[in-house]
Amino acid sequence: MPINPDLKLNTKMFDEKVEQIPIRQGFGEGLLEAGEENLQVVGLCADLTESTKMDLFAKKFPERLIEMGVAEQNLASVASGLAAMGKIPFISSYAMFSPGRNWEQIRTTICYNNQPVKIAGSHAGISVGPDGGTHQAIEDIAITRVIPRMVVVSPCDAIEAKKATLASVDTGTPVYIRLAREKTPIITTGTTPFEIGKAQIYWQSTKPQVGIVATGALLHKALLATKELEGKGIEVEVMNLSTIKPLDEKAIIELAKKTGRIVTVEEHQISGGMGSAVAECLVKNFPVPMKFIGVDDQFGQSGTPDELIKHYGMDTESIIKAVTKILKQ
Amino acid sequence: MDNLNDNKIKFLEQKANDIRISIIDILEDAGSGHTAGPLDMADIFTVLFFHTLKHNPKEPAWPERDRLVLSNGHICPVLYSTMAHAGYFPIKELKTLRKFGSRLQGHPHRDFLSMLETSSGPLGSGLSQAVGMALADKIDHGLTSNRRIYALLSDGELECGQTWEAAMLAGKEKLHNLVAVVDRNNIQIDGYTEDVMPLESLSDKWRAWNWHVIEIDGHNMEEIADAFETAKAIFGKPTVIIAHTIAGKGVKEFERDYRWHGKPPNKEEKRMAINELRTLGGKIKSEHE
Repeated sequence: MPINPDLKLNTKMFDEKVEQIPIRQGFGEGLLEAGEENLQVVGLCADLTESTKMDLFAKKFPERLIEMGVAEQNLASVASGLAAMGKIPFISSYAMFSPGRNWEQIRTTICYNNQPVKIAGSHAGISVGPDGGTHQAIEDIAITRVIPRMVVVSPCDAIEAKKATLASVDTGTPVYIRLAREKTPIITTGTTPFEIGKAQIYWQSTKPQVGIVATGALLHKALLATKELEGKGIEVEVMNLSTIKPLDEKAIIELAKKTGRIVTVEEHQISGGMGSAVAECLVKNFPVPMKFIGVDDQFGQSGTPDELIKHYGMDTESIIKAVTKILKQ
Repeated sequence: MDNLNDNKIKFLEQKANDIRISIIDILEDAGSGHTAGPLDMADIFTVLFFHTLKHNPKEPAWPERDRLVLSNGHICPVLYSTMAHAGYFPIKELKTLRKFGSRLQGHPHRDFLSMLETSSGPLGSGLSQAVGMALADKIDHGLTSNRRIYALLSDGELECGQTWEAAMLAGKEKLHNLVAVVDRNNIQIDGYTEDVMPLESLSDKWRAWNWHVIEIDGHNMEEIADAFETAKAIFGKPTVIIAHTIAGKGVKEFERDYRWHGKPPNKEEKRMAINELRTLGGKIKSEHE
């Protein structure tokens, strides 16, 4: 199987009983470790300490945890003030509210001010499920990547989320870390290399006809689709693009050159998201036919994660269809 | 900090007058900007930079310094003028205000002038940033901290909900090291604050969030300095100084008129205003004589 052997990925990722952990759990564990390693790390939460998994840090370091109440605008700007005094603040809430509700405060008091605040947006994507459309942030990649200085990371599983959280401590920049609520399959392992700004090929192929660029938990569905396509004699190469900004342009151009066709996969509005970032890069450097898997200019609704992923065309079947269609173009 | 004797008061009044002249001068030069707020905050800025603040203009990044956060960034002509007169940068640089490539951006920006504590402009977020600084100071030094974080706010921006989010948190966290100053000049762009959106009873609102409230005449040097001293003695609470000011203070023709909120003087108005300030023909002199 052409899983990239150098990356020490989870060998059981295709098992029916693959281990599943919520991506937000990785953030919680990463923040706890960051707090142990660096005394300047502080946590700020807006009445969602447990569900954003900041509770792990809160229990160990109550003196470095600030409970803000339901006040996301204050959350962003207070963090800016803490950073101005040398702290490394992590703020967490649901992505819909932070960076959703407090976008201008993030733009002005964090990014324009050049303060290294780390923004953890949990419950991103449509897979939040039964809570419905109000709580499903599917615009967050677009609104964060457009702000100068912001680094945007969208980990594919809990293990990568932990690494991303730890790596974000030392960037000296604002960082947005996109997290999801639901349990999702573990794709990587503790020894899989991770670097902010570096894309990696998770599924290799000698003569790929299509390149899939995926971000977040849907990477697993992209890999499942690829495995099925392999059975049909269609060769695909799959990239994990966990850092959406700064974009690893070199790796994306290389993939486009090698495959000649690109399909992007993300749990986000098609407009303005990761696929748009990839398109912006390729249009400038090496235009190829593209297809975009994501939500097509709609709001979400209640349902199970699986129902919603299927309804909005982001399931394995939809990815397979997109690859087959692009091959016919 | 030295004592506030009669000589010092005279010195401060003269400085405030000089700063007002700079404000008028550079606003006319820039051809755009805000006049009323900078003029009415000149006395408070003067007391802060020439009496109260622990700072060093020759070493702006001195780690022990107090912090000053200007929330309503649009009154930056008074911030820039006071900083220049205090020795942070040459007074002649004030003439570059709002021009391309200038360190003195239309609203303060740290990328251009690194000695600023924050960039600001969009209203309502300065108090939050000051709360963050006060929290950091409290985490590091606890109740023994002698540092003060000053947040300067307009009255109009108290209509932003975020200000009250910050006020709530500061009260909850008992930030004794935080001092907010509200420029109660009663005007905003669209008119008088009580017509646009009534703010009274303002002091009760702050008290309700567990703040110590001091109300002063924002043009009386002694009252201003005393209020900052009192704030240092308040334990277990943040302090807000509601400074009653006269919009456009110092130039009779501009005073109390909300139309001077957001426009600069033209050449003729500048000549008239500077003449009034130079001869001390305005109220500043007569009130203290």
